[in-house]
Amino acid sequence: MGSRSSHAARIPDVDSIRRETGFSQASLLRLYHRFRALDRTGKGYLSRMDLQQIEALAVNPLGDRIIDSFFPDGSLRLDFPGFVRVLAHFRPVDEEEDGNRDPKEPEPLNSRMNKLRFAFQLYDLDRDGKISRHEMLQVLRLMVGVQVTEEQLESIADRTVQEADEDGDGAVSFLEFTKSLEKMNIEQKMSIRILK
Amino acid sequence: MRVQALVPFGPWSWCLFLATLHCCGASSKLNRSTDSSAQHELNVRFAAASSQPAETISVFTLDYDYVQIPYEVTLWILLASLAKIGFHLHRRLPGLMPESCLLILVGALVGAVIFGTDHKSPPVMDSSIYFLYLLPPIVLESGYFMPTRPFFENLGSILWWAGLGALLNAFGIGLSLYLICQVPAFGLGDINLLQNLLFGSLISAVDPVAVLAVFEEARVNEQLYMMIFGEALLNDGISVVLYNILIAFTKMHKFEDIEPVDILAGCARFIIVGCGGVFFGVIFGFISAFITRFTQNISAIEPLIVFMFSYLSYLVAETLYLSGILAITACAVTMKKYVEENVSQTSYTTIKYFMKMLSSVSETLIFIFMGVSTIGKNHEWNWAFICLTLVFCQIWRAISVFALFYVSNRFRTFPFSIKDQCVIFYSGVRGAGSFSLAFLLPLSLFPRKKLFVTATLVVIYFTVFIQGITIGPLVRYLDVRKTNKKESINEELHTRLMDHLKAGVEDVCGQWSHYQVRDKFKKFDHKYLRKILIRKNLPKSSLVSLYKKLEMKQAIEMVESGVLSSTAFSIPHQAQRTQETKRLSPEDVESMRDILTRNMYQVRQRTLSYNKYNLQPQTSEKQAKEILIRRRNTFRESMKKGHSLPWGKPAGTKNIRYLSFPYSNPLPAGRDVKMAEFTDHDGSDSELPPITFNTHSPAESIQERRWTAEVIPMKSLHRAGTPPRFGYQRSASREERLGRGRRAILRPKPLFHAVDEEFESEEEAPAFGSLLSSELRPGGDCNLSHSPLLQRK
Repeated sequence: MGSRSSHAARIPDVDSIRRETGFSQASLLRLYHRFRALDRTGKGYLSRMDLQQIEALAVNPLGDRIIDSFFPDGSLRLDFPGFVRVLAHFRPVDEEEDGNRDPKEPEPLNSRMNKLRFAFQLYDLDRDGKISRHEMLQVLRLMVGVQVTEEQLESIADRTVQEADEDGDGAVSFLEFTKSLEKMNIEQKMSIRILK
Repeated sequence: MRVQALVPFGPWSWCLFLATLHCCGASSKLNRSTDSSAQHELNVRFAAASSQPAETISVFTLDYDYVQIPYEVTLWILLASLAKIGFHLHRRLPGLMPESCLLILVGALVGAVIFGTDHKSPPVMDSSIYFLYLLPPIVLESGYFMPTRPFFENLGSILWWAGLGALLNAFGIGLSLYLICQVPAFGLGDINLLQNLLFGSLISAVDPVAVLAVFEEARVNEQLYMMIFGEALLNDGISVVLYNILIAFTKMHKFEDIEPVDILAGCARFIIVGCGGVFFGVIFGFISAFITRFTQNISAIEPLIVFMFSYLSYLVAETLYLSGILAITACAVTMKKYVEENVSQTSYTTIKYFMKMLSSVSETLIFIFMGVSTIGKNHEWNWAFICLTLVFCQIWRAISVFALFYVSNRFRTFPFSIKDQCVIFYSGVRGAGSFSLAFLLPLSLFPRKKLFVTATLVVIYFTVFIQGITIGPLVRYLDVRKTNKKESINEELHTRLMDHLKAGVEDVCGQWSHYQVRDKFKKFDHKYLRKILIRKNLPKSSLVSLYKKLEMKQAIEMVESGVLSSTAFSIPHQAQRTQETKRLSPEDVESMRDILTRNMYQVRQRTLSYNKYNLQPQTSEKQAKEILIRRRNTFRESMKKGHSLPWGKPAGTKNIRYLSFPYSNPLPAGRDVKMAEFTDHDGSDSELPPITFNTHSPAESIQERRWTAEVIPMKSLHRAGTPPRFGYQRSASREERLGRGRRAILRPKPLFHAVDEEFESEEEAPAFGSLLSSELRPGGDCNLSHSPLLQRK
């Protein structure tokens, strides 16, 4: 146990990270180890290439976008707080924690809204707050096999936007997005058990 | 539907039946004849032949005795295989019942045939044959296909559950039955405690893996899978050890009472036998891994080495009265990791398939024996004993599951829910192991052996059929999924996206290693074991090199068939279409939803898909290939749009997009040292190993050689910055790479698809023709660099 606490001390700003993300000490330590393991050359930060080394991501249809979501605002370096901040979105929601929350504090990163916001940004590449038909089509193209023809994809994209679009602007805003998913159990879908 | 499926099964097996009957009839004195009239003729002929004196040379004779044993064995195996084919032809049947059901039915059928024709079945199963020939392949297969990482992560729980569970079950059932035997009304008074305990030990040998195929589709979590596997793996070993110890006890104390000293000796023996077996297995595992290091020139004997050493470990352990089963399991688990890396791809496939085949044959034979025993006159029925055995089996399994997991849940980070425990409880299906042990009880020590055999058979039939068939619905019921409501297209798309997202982020998080021990082992492994046991000059993952080859083929095929051009290369046109929202009929929506559901990529499965009787074809591989190729093409497209190739750029420019050479990398001298540290640092399963394409030198293809050759010059280019040094560097590097002994891991971490990109673009230039050639020459200075590359072809 002694070695553990010394490790914890090595994480910079560990307390502020804990407060911001809500991870336990043990989880943060494990994430730190993972961060260090991913950072093979010991730079102290992660680059896109480090994440691209993960083989399973290469065969994930959304692999590139997932990696991009770790680098907000087009930055090239991912430091540990940033890494943890993204992963905090996937922390399982703890009901009692929700009840005890101080309403004045900002929403925790793993709230339903924030999870949805995270998913939304996978679609919305130009960050204009809306998923245009074109963006929807791009995502569809990524996720569907090659047998589907372009026309079929386009009609599916049309239909998707049409279903969700309420104000008729031909694009899906974030609120429309949340509304279309109101019946889905986002808290469970976007939670990773081991990140407790 | 069912009839349709049985049709292919029907005529073939009827042919086989007739064939079997032919032989049965011809060999022994025929009491009853069966359907075919041809048999009569044969009979007559045979009778005629045998009545004549043996001086004349008969033109047509039948020598059945000579081939009887192998002939019948082969027929049985064929029959079982045909039945399996029929079984799998039916779409839904494999999901309804485990394959053991089928094998048992086939066995019963053969048994019926043999009984009906009063044929004496060849004595294929006796103690030595079972323990020496039939059992090792089964155990080897389950040990080899055990996924090691989750196994070791859950080792504590597995040992606790499998070990203590088996003991608890054995003693519990034995003691309860003993108490029952005390009741004079049942007429079981002559079965003493030892015999009951022995019976308990053999009936507690479960084979839960058989049912795994049934609830595979329900998303059972990895931990649960692991517990079931682990139990199956260790259970056999522990039961056999216990069985042997108790038999030894029975022999010793036929007339005396057992003293406490003996019990202590028994326990000590149990531990020694178990641990000794494991120890030997590990040693043999290392030896065989070491030997496979040197087999690159005769890769044809690699499977032989693997099998012989495993078998040898079994035999050596048995010689010393240690547990051969645990030895062979430990051997398989140990050597798997290193052997997989050392042997060639084809040897690896051969080993896998051959193992499956051997274990399948063994199991078939045992089940056939079971069938033969079922339908015979060798039964003794005692209502009380048999029914209570069944009841006690279930009760004690429930007790052991819930009690043991209650305790182990305290220490686990991710406790098992009650649902999981119910699944584990219900998957306690008995299999071939129990039957064999019962069958091989020595009659001299067990005058009531028939009763035991009957009871075992009843338990097996009950658990396999009733539990095996109902476990599927049970698991689906427990794993409540919302399948009734039709989701809108939106929901479906977004759900799938979120699944992919979650899988991706899980991969980023990696696997937690809970134990420092595991990390320490990994370090030790890297520093010492891998150096000794793994071949030099290897790609760190043969899977990666396989991917490369497959991608190449696939890419060329796709281009030739024009598929690529239609999807990946289509430039997304801006939304100039009319904004009118078409009114879509429900059928259109329906068909859209169908298209979506059918064609969306599957999410990477974390849970292991293990099928005891089958090696699953790699369906996910096809999807992975497709994704990789598409990504590469979009990559290339984005390249085409405005980014030029790096050759023209001056040195020092960070070119992260295209080639991601770590500029901050130390010079080659330091490189090797660093290699050792960061290869395979954390979770070889999930990380991309540095790609070294010095594959097995004999099998090295021109392409790969060229490709690795290409990789070096890039670095030197960036250092020197001038193309003319290109050719020189490349040839120099090739020399040094081809030189022996040099750890030719050239690049610490080239980008997985970026380097590939290069390779492909170069390779496919002629294949793609005009489509891509334009993109390969964006700038004038690139021509210079390309021509030497192309010339090498």
